[in-house]
Amino acid sequence: MGDAKPVANAPSREILEKIFRTAYKIRVFETEGIKLYRQGLIRGYFHPYLGQEGIATGVCAALKEGDYIASTHRGHGHCIAWGADVKKMVAELLQKETGYCKGYGGSMHIADIKTGNLGANGIVGAGIPLGVGAALANQVRGSDAVTVTFTSDGASNNGTFMESLNLAAIWDLKFILVVENNQYAVSTKIEESTRETDLYKRGLAIGVESHQVDGNDPLAVYRMTQEAVETCRKGKGPVLIEAVTFRHMGHHVNDPGKYMPEDKLAHYKSRDPVDRARAALKDMTSIADAEITAIEAEIAAEFSAAVAFSIASPEVSAESFAAFAADY
Amino acid sequence: MRELMYREALREALDEEMARDPSVFIIGEGIAERGGSYKVTEGLLAKYGPGRVRDTPIAEAGMIGVGVGAAIAGARPVVEILYVDFAMLGMDMIVNQAAKFRLMTGGEGRVPFIMRTQGGAGGGVAAQHSQSLEALFYHIPGLRVVMPSTPADAKGLLKYALRQDDPVMFLEHKHLYMNKGMVPEGEHIVEFGKGDIKRAGSDVTVVAWSNMIPRTLEAAEELAAEGISVEVIDPRTLVPLDRAMILNSVAKTRRCVIVQEANRRGGVASDISSIIMEEAFWHLDAPVEIVAGLDVPIPFNLALEQASVPQKPGIKAAIRRALHLGPAAMAAE
Repeated sequence: MGDAKPVANAPSREILEKIFRTAYKIRVFETEGIKLYRQGLIRGYFHPYLGQEGIATGVCAALKEGDYIASTHRGHGHCIAWGADVKKMVAELLQKETGYCKGYGGSMHIADIKTGNLGANGIVGAGIPLGVGAALANQVRGSDAVTVTFTSDGASNNGTFMESLNLAAIWDLKFILVVENNQYAVSTKIEESTRETDLYKRGLAIGVESHQVDGNDPLAVYRMTQEAVETCRKGKGPVLIEAVTFRHMGHHVNDPGKYMPEDKLAHYKSRDPVDRARAALKDMTSIADAEITAIEAEIAAEFSAAVAFSIASPEVSAESFAAFAADY
Repeated sequence: MRELMYREALREALDEEMARDPSVFIIGEGIAERGGSYKVTEGLLAKYGPGRVRDTPIAEAGMIGVGVGAAIAGARPVVEILYVDFAMLGMDMIVNQAAKFRLMTGGEGRVPFIMRTQGGAGGGVAAQHSQSLEALFYHIPGLRVVMPSTPADAKGLLKYALRQDDPVMFLEHKHLYMNKGMVPEGEHIVEFGKGDIKRAGSDVTVVAWSNMIPRTLEAAEELAAEGISVEVIDPRTLVPLDRAMILNSVAKTRRCVIVQEANRRGGVASDISSIIMEEAFWHLDAPVEIVAGLDVPIPFNLALEQASVPQKPGIKAAIRRALHLGPAAMAAE
C-alpha cells in the first residue's frame, strides 16, 4: 500500500489520493444535492458543477493555506476543493443557522473569509475584481499569498473581465484567473458569444501569461496551476488559465439542457474528470480496489451525516435578523 | 484648531489614518503623482510610496470592485472616483457586492470599503458631471452615505469612516473643496449618525446637507435681519440618519423645510419628509416644504444650470411659506 508504480513525473500518492477524494466528493455532493432539491429540501437556485470537477480539484490542490479563492454562481465544487466543511455547506443549502452563512446566503453565496474563501457570487464576472482586490490587499501588506478567481466563458464577455485582469497585470499581482470554459453562457453557446473561442488569448492581448488546459484532466490542471502559482510567488503574475470543459447537464437543476448536442455531451462524458482522477490514482500508485471502494463509501457517509446534521439543525433566529435590519 | 480648506482637511484625515493604519491605501485616477483633480491626495505619494497611493486606468467598475475585494480581504482601501457620475459604471460592485456581502455571509464578512467621490452642480460641466446621486446609495441597504459640508466634518467623518467596517459612500461637493473652516488638529472624529446644528433657531427647522448648507446659512442670516429665527440642521450622514435631532428640532419649531440639491423625485428629502409626517405630524403647524432640484438633467447654460438646483431666493421663499408669512412677502422675493 502506498508504493508508487514507476511513472515519470508522477505526483505523490498523497496528492493523487487527495485529487481523487476531492473530485469524488464534489460528484457526490452535487448528485445527492440534486436529490435533496427534488425532494423539496433545498429551495432557490442550484447550479451543479457536474462535469467540471477536475478544475476546482486540480487548482486547489496546487494552493496552500493562506491563499485566497473567489468563486462563481456554480460554486459548490470550489468550496469543497478548498476544504470546506460539507456539514456547513449542506446546512447552508438547507437554510439553517449552522450553515456557512447562517442561512442568509444560500447556494450562490457560500463564503468563508477566515479561510480565504471570498465566496461564490450571484453576479457573473463579479468574482474577478474581488479576487484582484484580495491580491492587491496581499501585495500592500507584503504577503506572498496567491489569489485564484474561478470564472467562466460567460464572464469573459463582461467588462469586469478585462478591467480587473488589466489591473492585476499593471500591478504584477499574485493572481490567477481560471477561466472555466464550459462552452455555454447559460444556454448560449460560445460560438455565438465571441468570434475568438480560445479565451486564453484575451490574456495575451494585455501582456498576461496565459495558457489553455484540458479542464477534464485534473492532473493536467494541477500541474499547470503549480507552475502558475510558482510564477506568481516569484512576483511575475498574474497568470490566466483557460480550462476547457463541458457541463453534464443544463445551467441549473431545472434546466434540462436540451440545447447541448448529445454527441458533444457523450464525448466529454467519456472523458469524465472523476473517472480520470480515479484512474490516475490506480495507475500511478499501488492502491487496491478495496481501498478506493472504502474511500468512496467514506465520502458517501460524510454526505449522509451532513444531511442528518443539517436537518436536525435549528432554524435561523428572528432575533439575529432583527439585529441586521436595525443596523442597516 | 486652525483654518483649513475642505480639501486640506480631507488630506489631513487620509494622512493621519495612513500613518496610523498600514492597511489603509488609496487608488484612483490621477491621485498619485498629480495629487488628484481636487488636490485632496497631494503629497501622499511622496509620504507613503507607490504601494499605498496608486494611479489606476480609467476603469471604474474594475477599481471599485478591486477596492471591495481588498476590503473583504481585510485591507482598508479608499477608492477615489473623479465624479459621482462615473460611479455609475461600478454600481454592480457597490450595490450587489459591497452592500450585500455582510448579510449574505451571515455577518461573518465585512467590507470596510470607502468610495470617495464628488458631485453637484455649479461648475458648468453639464449633465454627466453635475449630478447629486445620494438617493441611489441611500436606497440600498448596507451602504453608509456620508455628505460633509464643512472642513471639520470632512476630516472627522473621513477618519471615522476609516475605523468602521461597512462600505461608505463618501460624497464630497465640487464647490466645497476651497471652502475654509476651523478644523481641530489630530484626533478629531465625527461618528456616523450624529447630526450637527449648524445654526440654532426657534421659528423654523431647515434640514440640508453638503453644498446646500452654506447656501441655507446665507439665507438664514438674511432672514435673521427680518427677525426670522432659522435652525439649520446638517445630518452629515444620510445613512445612518440622525432622526432624533431632526424630530427634536421639529417638535421645537413646529415647521420644517428640507433643502436638497438633487432633483426632487425619489429623493432623500422626500423620505425625511415622510419620517417627519409619521413621527412628528402632531407637532407640525405647517406642511413640510421641500426645496429640491428640478427633475431634469443639468444643462450646460449658466442660467439654466442655476434654475435646475435650489438657489438662495427659493430657499428663503420656502422658509417664508412654512411660516405663513403670506403672498405679499413672497412677492417681495
